[in-house]
Amino acid sequence: MALDNETVHIIARLARLNIDDSELEKYGSELSNILNLVEQMEAVDTSGVEPMTHPFDATLRMRADEISEGNQREKFQAIAPSSENGLYLVPKVID
Amino acid sequence: MTIITLAQLSADLDAGKVSSTELTQEYLQRIDASEHNAFISVDQELALTRAKDADAKRANGESSPLLGVPIAQKDIFCIDGTQTTCGSKILENFIAPYTATVVSNMHDHGVVSLGKTNMDEFAMGSSNETSHYGNVVNPWSSKGATLVPGGSSGGSAAAVSAQLAPAATGTDTGGSIRQPAAFCNLTGIKPSYGRCSRYGMIAFASSLDQAGPMTHTAEDAAMLLNTMVGFDSKDSTSLDVPAEDYTTQLNDSIEGLNIGLPKEFFGEGLKPEIATLIERAVKEYESLGANIKEVSLPNSHLALPSYYVIAPAEASSNLSRFDGVRYGYRTEEYTDLVDMYTKTRSEGFGDEVKRRIMIGAYALSSGYYDAYYSKAQKLRRLIANDFNDVFKECDVLMGPTTPSTAFSAGSNSDDPVAMYLNDIYTIPANLAGLPAASIQAGFTSAGLPIGLHIIAPYLQESKLLNVAHQYQKVTDWHTLSAPGASAHNVGEKA
Repeated sequence: MALDNETVHIIARLARLNIDDSELEKYGSELSNILNLVEQMEAVDTSGVEPMTHPFDATLRMRADEISEGNQREKFQAIAPSSENGLYLVPKVID
Repeated sequence: MTIITLAQLSADLDAGKVSSTELTQEYLQRIDASEHNAFISVDQELALTRAKDADAKRANGESSPLLGVPIAQKDIFCIDGTQTTCGSKILENFIAPYTATVVSNMHDHGVVSLGKTNMDEFAMGSSNETSHYGNVVNPWSSKGATLVPGGSSGGSAAAVSAQLAPAATGTDTGGSIRQPAAFCNLTGIKPSYGRCSRYGMIAFASSLDQAGPMTHTAEDAAMLLNTMVGFDSKDSTSLDVPAEDYTTQLNDSIEGLNIGLPKEFFGEGLKPEIATLIERAVKEYESLGANIKEVSLPNSHLALPSYYVIAPAEASSNLSRFDGVRYGYRTEEYTDLVDMYTKTRSEGFGDEVKRRIMIGAYALSSGYYDAYYSKAQKLRRLIANDFNDVFKECDVLMGPTTPSTAFSAGSNSDDPVAMYLNDIYTIPANLAGLPAASIQAGFTSAGLPIGLHIIAPYLQESKLLNVAHQYQKVTDWHTLSAPGASAHNVGEKA
């Protein structure tokens, strides 16, 4: 399978990545090579096979609905790129 | 020059021949003087504080095998108050606000963390070349030819091989402990999935990621693993199984051990010289009383394709958290929120990480889930079933860890798929969640180390380490030190 530039562009947008026009071809061919590798999967009949999500087929544990972590807002926000009065600052999203 | 093991350091500390402070200072000096670029950051003050603390505890009569022993930590583990980059520009300024469970477990046993080792960005790579912090030099490089240490735990492997630390932690999603261990003449263990907590270990592919030790010997690996493992309620996939001491079975006889050699691990692509060396290692096992038989893992050729769906898919989801809002890098100029996300991520991630995020985003995108992710998980089941079948008649499986030896920097970097082939023998154990090791098994005519890969059934790390240790008792490959290793004062002092 060969991905065209438009598809590469769409995938990049889904992943919130900018790919320069000059690099579209390179990414397209590298991603296509990976997808070609992956295509070997298609040849195998997997009807009736359960997908394996965990080596032990363990299900997620439930825990008691109790507070286990204290408030560490100041500590966590100290490493934020931009915060003020306990809030994370981002560009305006609503006019 | 000889290697210095954890076992020896432990005995020396216990006998009062050397203090943790002296040991820590010695290793810090070596790190400072080394030119391998094995470390991203070193916190001398913190290391010496812990060493002093360990010495005080020993003076008070406290004793624990690794109390006061310094080791290196892969820079994928968060340590409270310490820079934790995961090899990425996007986390260049990230000071972790909490400590990974694996690290706090080790600290509870008195282990001293020397510093954080270099790695492929977000553990995505097999040569350490995707690190934002520069290439790492394999201490087995000869003059004039710089070889890669393997990856993604390349800095950890180089650090131990160059004797900048007696042991290090690594993580293994598709071979990232075992492949660099093979390239740098070390013992590397990937435990069963769920043995070591993933809490505080920056996530790459959550259903595969597993931490483990990188050491000179199986005995050291058992000692270090003892301090790393344990159930952790903070990791939803942590295994709640009773604790065990991995050193207790090391000396068991392996007479009558049934070793399976999957024929798929000796096929096309394997360098003939490595095949010969692996055959010689298997013969050694035969002389120790093991029975050898050829077996088959018929679906193992599907491991690489399914891995390159599962790992990127999980990575694309995990790495969506890097958006420039709560921590890490944020771009300088932006017009709106989406622009901020996009520029932050485009500037903060390197090429290999972008490729894998994009493959993952594509595989998970609307209409493709069944064809890719779900299909890959079904193949994962077939691969795991193959192992279940062969373990009915074998105690362990063996083969080469890698199809080739350490290669030159730059030689594989423009072909991602060629680079992926490095992990062709290691990935199946990750997909099945099985414990596996790479141990030192000799050298090619070019003087480069090769690794013997051993895979054991679920939760049989003790058996795995026993099998590795018995080989090391009758061979000396693991004792050979790299030409680029640091000069030795510790041993003389001790």
